[in-house]
Amino acid sequence: MTALQALGRWWLGVLGRLGRGHLFLLRTLVALGPLMLRPRLWIRELYSVGVRSLLIILVSGLFVGMVLGYQGYITLVDFGSAEALGTVVALSLVRELGPVVTALLFAGRAGSALTAEIGLMKATEQLSSMEMMAVDPYRRVLAPRFFAGILSMPLLAALFSAVGVAGGYLVGVGVLGVDAGAYWAQMQANVDVFDDVLNGVIKSLVFGLVATWIAVFEGYDTEPTAEGVSRATTRTVVHTALAVLALDFILTGLMFGAL
Amino acid sequence: MPDKTPWIEIRDLRFARGGRTIFDGLNIRIPRGQVAAIMGPSGSGKTTLLRLIGGQLRPDRGQVLVDGQDVHRLSRRALYRLRRRMGMLFQSGALLTDLDVFDNVAFPIRENTRLPEPVVRALVLMKLEAVGLRGARDLHPAELSGGMARRVALARAIALDPELMMYDEPFTGLDPITMGVIVTLIRRLHDALGMTSIVVSHDVAETSSIADWVYLISDGRVVDQGPPARLQEAATDWSRQFLQGLPDGPVPFHYPAPDYLGDLMNAEGRR
Amino acid sequence: MTTRWIEITVGLFVALGIGALFVLALKVSNLSEYGGEEGYQVHAYFSNIGGLKERAPVTLAGVRVGRVSDIRYDPERFQARVTLTLSAQHDYLPKDTQASIYTAGLLGEQYVALEPGAEEAVLEDGDTLLFTQSAVVLEELIGRLMVNLTQD
Repeated sequence: MTALQALGRWWLGVLGRLGRGHLFLLRTLVALGPLMLRPRLWIRELYSVGVRSLLIILVSGLFVGMVLGYQGYITLVDFGSAEALGTVVALSLVRELGPVVTALLFAGRAGSALTAEIGLMKATEQLSSMEMMAVDPYRRVLAPRFFAGILSMPLLAALFSAVGVAGGYLVGVGVLGVDAGAYWAQMQANVDVFDDVLNGVIKSLVFGLVATWIAVFEGYDTEPTAEGVSRATTRTVVHTALAVLALDFILTGLMFGAL
Repeated sequence: MPDKTPWIEIRDLRFARGGRTIFDGLNIRIPRGQVAAIMGPSGSGKTTLLRLIGGQLRPDRGQVLVDGQDVHRLSRRALYRLRRRMGMLFQSGALLTDLDVFDNVAFPIRENTRLPEPVVRALVLMKLEAVGLRGARDLHPAELSGGMARRVALARAIALDPELMMYDEPFTGLDPITMGVIVTLIRRLHDALGMTSIVVSHDVAETSSIADWVYLISDGRVVDQGPPARLQEAATDWSRQFLQGLPDGPVPFHYPAPDYLGDLMNAEGRR
Repeated sequence: MTTRWIEITVGLFVALGIGALFVLALKVSNLSEYGGEEGYQVHAYFSNIGGLKERAPVTLAGVRVGRVSDIRYDPERFQARVTLTLSAQHDYLPKDTQASIYTAGLLGEQYVALEPGAEEAVLEDGDTLLFTQSAVVLEELIGRLMVNLTQD
């Protein structure tokens, strides 16, 4: 009986959070409108969300691209088609690894920082004091961060993919001796702007929305104690990773599936 | 002299959170221009009361009227307009950590008005001068002592010249000198700006020294009220215990527990 | 952290990101081909196109001169109708040009190779190629080989 009750309580808790999360999203979206009149607010957030994630994204993209160069070469050379390396590297990055790995890194770097920052603002009554100063925290604090996150993600993912393609080139052409012309030509022949690149951008937009939504909501919904903030930060990373991977499966099915 | 029509009126307020009833049948009437002190033991919901007045929490029953407007029936827009006429000093100060002292005080002015920057600057410096921290304008909240942070927060709270100031535990955790500074500041600002003030506190001496009228609350209702001088002498057992800080009385020293001797002798009890 | 520094780095970040998007579109993928839509279209009927796909290259002596822009089944001829878009500069192809579907490498992609004929008249927009050679299907090839072997 108590196990059943615990299960019920847990489920009600989950439902409650889901409901609050969606109301939160709605209020944040409504607050996006007035935000456009004050671009300085989100430019500042673009700095802490986007610019500060730049280094980790660029370095990771380079390494992922180089590993793809190695692994792709090892597999392809057995079939005598090492020239297809460019295609393999570019398609893996543009369709999957770019958006997904960027979103996971984003959750660890920017998402957790967003949650901690907002959670701390709540714990130290900064949000509450804003309300009492007749300043809506949704407009002043939450919406700018939300917008900056959504804007950053596709840019970061594009940078990740571009640097990755260069990394694959370094290893494939520079180290393993694949023909440079073939690397680019095969890539261009087989990567489609709409089917591959645009779908990748759409993926990263969706991931950006979900990752920032989770991060900002967890911060705002946190229990206003030090322990609550630290728990919320962990939850942001875990929930974002799960949501991104599950969504990636669904989106891939919709975009590249046999439809 | 404060006139007698209530400017803030709390009628039959009931508020429960997490299954615990915090207020039940609370009635308070505060006339314009008065310094009203609301005192009670820790956990009696004094901070909650301020949040109810500010419209951040919603009561289960009853009304909060500020200047004739029912705070919890206002539209969002009207509520924000009303809040522009209120200032609140949080216990923690609640300064915005990413802004320096100057920008913190300028924050409500910049957000709520379209005054040109030179005017904002003049206003901010006037408010900082009033709390004696004009020289600290470039410091960040992390560099301030507790007392200084509270003074900056006070300057910020009065930035828009509110008609109602609410102080949440303004004397807690301060050294005697800073405490004296804050006490003087609250009274002086009140008189200078012609505000109505609500001070929530459990520091009896300091609060009594500035309040015109004191409400003692316990168990979710007002148990006693009057001018501080009268309350000190003639009052119920409970208020005497609270005001004089006696360890035992109607509020027992012991948390409810089984009989002491029996508990000690109970060898089978594990803890 | 000055506002100036923040604005500069944010500007740099956005420029870099958009630049990366352009690199992906122009250098990594085939956006440049979409730009060169100008050209003329000819049709070719094949009894079997194998694994030919839209946007597959069309070559002339191995040089890329266009791409496959449309593939559909013609229910009257019981054949596949492949539309080839050829760039306008290659306007000298004779009417009796032959189109064949070949495979690049053993596992590579399939493409359409053109072999010019000998007629004076040249292909124009909307013409249909008369001579075609379908894709070689591996199973058919093996089947024919088996038949030949058993007959011997």
